[in-house]
Amino acid sequence: MPRRLPHKDVAIVGLGWTGSILANELTDAGLEVMAIERGPWRAAATDYPPNYAQDELRYRIRHELFLQPAQTTFTFRNRMSERALPIRNWGAFMPPNGVGGGGVHWNAETWRFLPSDFVLRSHLTKRYGARFLPADMTIQDWGVTYAELEPHYDRFEYLCGTCGQAGNLRGKILEGGNPFEGPRSRPYPNPPQQQPFSHTLFAQAARQLGYKPFPQPSGNLSQAYRNPLGVRQGPCSYCGFCEWFGCGNYSKASPQTTILPVLVRKPNFTARDQCEVTRINLEPSGRRATGVTFVDTSGQEWEQPADLVLLCAYTIFNVQLLMLSGIGQRYDPVANRGVIGRNFTHQTISDVVSFFDPKKFIFNPFIASGAIGMCIDEFNGDNFDHGPYGFVGGGYMGQVQTNGRPIETTPVPPGTPKWGAKWKQAVKENYLSAIKPGTGVHGSMYSYRDVYLDLDPTYKDRFGRPLVRITMDFHENELKQNRFLTDRFAAIFQAMGARQMDKQYRRAPYDITDYQTTHLCGGAIMGTDPKTSALNRYLQSWDVPNLFVMGASAFPQNAGYNPTGTLAALAYWSAQAIRTQYLKNPGPLVHA
Amino acid sequence: MSRIRRRDLLTGAALALAGGAAARAGVLKGELPWRSDAVSPPPRVEPGPWQFFTPEELPTIEALADRIIPPDAETPGGKDAGCVVFLDRQLAGAYGSAEGLYERPPFIQGVEQQGPQSSKTPAQTYRAALQALDQYCREGGGSGLPRGKRFAELALEEQDEVLHGLEGGTVHLSGLDAKQFFDALRKDIQDGFFADPIYGGNRDMCAWKMIGFPGARYDYRDWVNRHNERYPLSPVSIGGRADWTPRHR
Repeated sequence: MPRRLPHKDVAIVGLGWTGSILANELTDAGLEVMAIERGPWRAAATDYPPNYAQDELRYRIRHELFLQPAQTTFTFRNRMSERALPIRNWGAFMPPNGVGGGGVHWNAETWRFLPSDFVLRSHLTKRYGARFLPADMTIQDWGVTYAELEPHYDRFEYLCGTCGQAGNLRGKILEGGNPFEGPRSRPYPNPPQQQPFSHTLFAQAARQLGYKPFPQPSGNLSQAYRNPLGVRQGPCSYCGFCEWFGCGNYSKASPQTTILPVLVRKPNFTARDQCEVTRINLEPSGRRATGVTFVDTSGQEWEQPADLVLLCAYTIFNVQLLMLSGIGQRYDPVANRGVIGRNFTHQTISDVVSFFDPKKFIFNPFIASGAIGMCIDEFNGDNFDHGPYGFVGGGYMGQVQTNGRPIETTPVPPGTPKWGAKWKQAVKENYLSAIKPGTGVHGSMYSYRDVYLDLDPTYKDRFGRPLVRITMDFHENELKQNRFLTDRFAAIFQAMGARQMDKQYRRAPYDITDYQTTHLCGGAIMGTDPKTSALNRYLQSWDVPNLFVMGASAFPQNAGYNPTGTLAALAYWSAQAIRTQYLKNPGPLVHA
Repeated sequence: MSRIRRRDLLTGAALALAGGAAARAGVLKGELPWRSDAVSPPPRVEPGPWQFFTPEELPTIEALADRIIPPDAETPGGKDAGCVVFLDRQLAGAYGSAEGLYERPPFIQGVEQQGPQSSKTPAQTYRAALQALDQYCREGGGSGLPRGKRFAELALEEQDEVLHGLEGGTVHLSGLDAKQFFDALRKDIQDGFFADPIYGGNRDMCAWKMIGFPGARYDYRDWVNRHNERYPLSPVSIGGRADWTPRHR
């Protein structure tokens, strides 16, 4: 029998970025908040101190900070006609686990989406006509605009101490920043990080080609910073162990280094770690949540009653909990009905690895941070006329190389064998003079009718619950986009003087073993119509008004940027709606 | 709605307990949790008896390591760099037993982009593959190889030929996916070469010295602006400096 805990005002599922933001906002509003986190508490002092945090085998290759597939995983297939098989070891993306969530091991690339990204379907239809879009593309407007989110982007950047150069300050275009960004109300809180040699050369070459390069907005700090909550971070030391790693130096923005030291000390906040929420409980009507049920490590089941439930887990786990709790109509791609599982997306990443004359170039690739780099945005979103090219979407591109860790980053020129004396010689010769940007072309992935999530009929998790089934493949629009962007990216390395290049286009079929990013999006999307969205514009469930669902699962499609800035801005936006509207009159904030 | 059975709760919880040092549910309230040594530093691989490989397997795996990373005048090959020691300890540990991976049936072969679907752990795969490889060689490899010789007894060119065959999918080993095994073997040996020497490979940081990687350093603020200048300091390991690393085996 589940043991029943005392009632709380708010139960939060998952204590990553969005859970921490919501908990802090709602405890400020005087509410009693309980956060329930599947993974362990983690912090630099106890878990990844700088005397052994720089361990590529442990953290990058063996994935120590991540969820283990034995805990739960997903099944995957390209098409509806195929049999899905389980992801037995992580590949294409890395689900987080533990307090801080993805904020612990991210690169801290802190972007805003373009104003047009939020009104994507209406914008593209207006500019190119509805027939320009593929018939099975299911992109939608978000129901919220850039202008509405701007103050919330700003709050997140000042929370993190994001480092960057403004490109558009209240409508004024500034030299050295991204001229395509939406207007920002004030500059970044900190100046950009310093740029190593290859990143600087990339910017020079891009400028010569007529582009407007700018430093990637970074949550690795360029200088010491005290945020509005009074929490301090130190300057990043460019150690080159950022993504996949915890920062031992308190210089990467994460819930631990920005919010939790304040939040955990509040008397009206409690969190439980190593506890997995298994169900959102509903009244018999199915129209109101009564709390959540979770399991601790001894196998004890607990019930946490609450007036308000906030789903703040990773994309797919939000969707899974909705499905397993029977909330909202599940998406059926054949009938084209239902919303839970709909508009699932990832990213369209490619890279150009380039090789320079070792006698002339020493790049020291190990000197880097997670969000270092120089980027251009000429080919993102709808920043260029797609008319002649026959596709939509795009992405930023840049020399954003984050490391020279040798298991992962010892590139060899195309045509080199993968082992043996020639391989060894090529590794030795090229290590210091090769450039491997990683996610160099950061392309969007738009949504399609046959790319979605549902429950697998065969495979179960350790509790006997069905795994989520991913059905996903690349569509011609994204492949065209990627060829176009990758060629333009390569031209910049050509201009830098590369003597050889390896253009690694993204190709179909979608491969679950090949890491792209952890930016899974959609499945419980926001919108203006309950027939095509799970959530209203405030991230409130259309079906269960005392349930809000945070995170990138709300994105109707993915843009050509890293998602964290946007999902955090949405969390602040939603928190404001809860504080100023919902608490006064609990019920639907939008009447459809 | 899916209700969870008591039996499943207990097996699920047992798994979480095996996961880490402090893997027990707790309550965070009032102050930041301080759990001293919540996660331990990696245990240093010490010289000593083999933990996974048998005397029969050793010549084979050592020969393989030296073909994947051959020795040259400046840098040791896979064997002398300690890659076999690395692999021995990895296979005897969590990696070898596929700890943390999803291992529920059914195991069904899918398409390549669905990822490996083997019911065998890496330890089981190595055990079977090393034996099958020697068997393949003894039988003359279907074509040009001299009969009756194990892999380690072949000429270096013949060894390379076998490896090319494994890599290209033309050499088949009974009872396993030979190409998939070779990909894993190549990766494991190279991982050992470049991983921190605390894990047994990369002896004396030979691989890091070869390429110019300074290792587990933590602060390059003095060099981020020194463009196109070689970083001057020699590498350092999590376990200490090169000249502290024991020279055994």
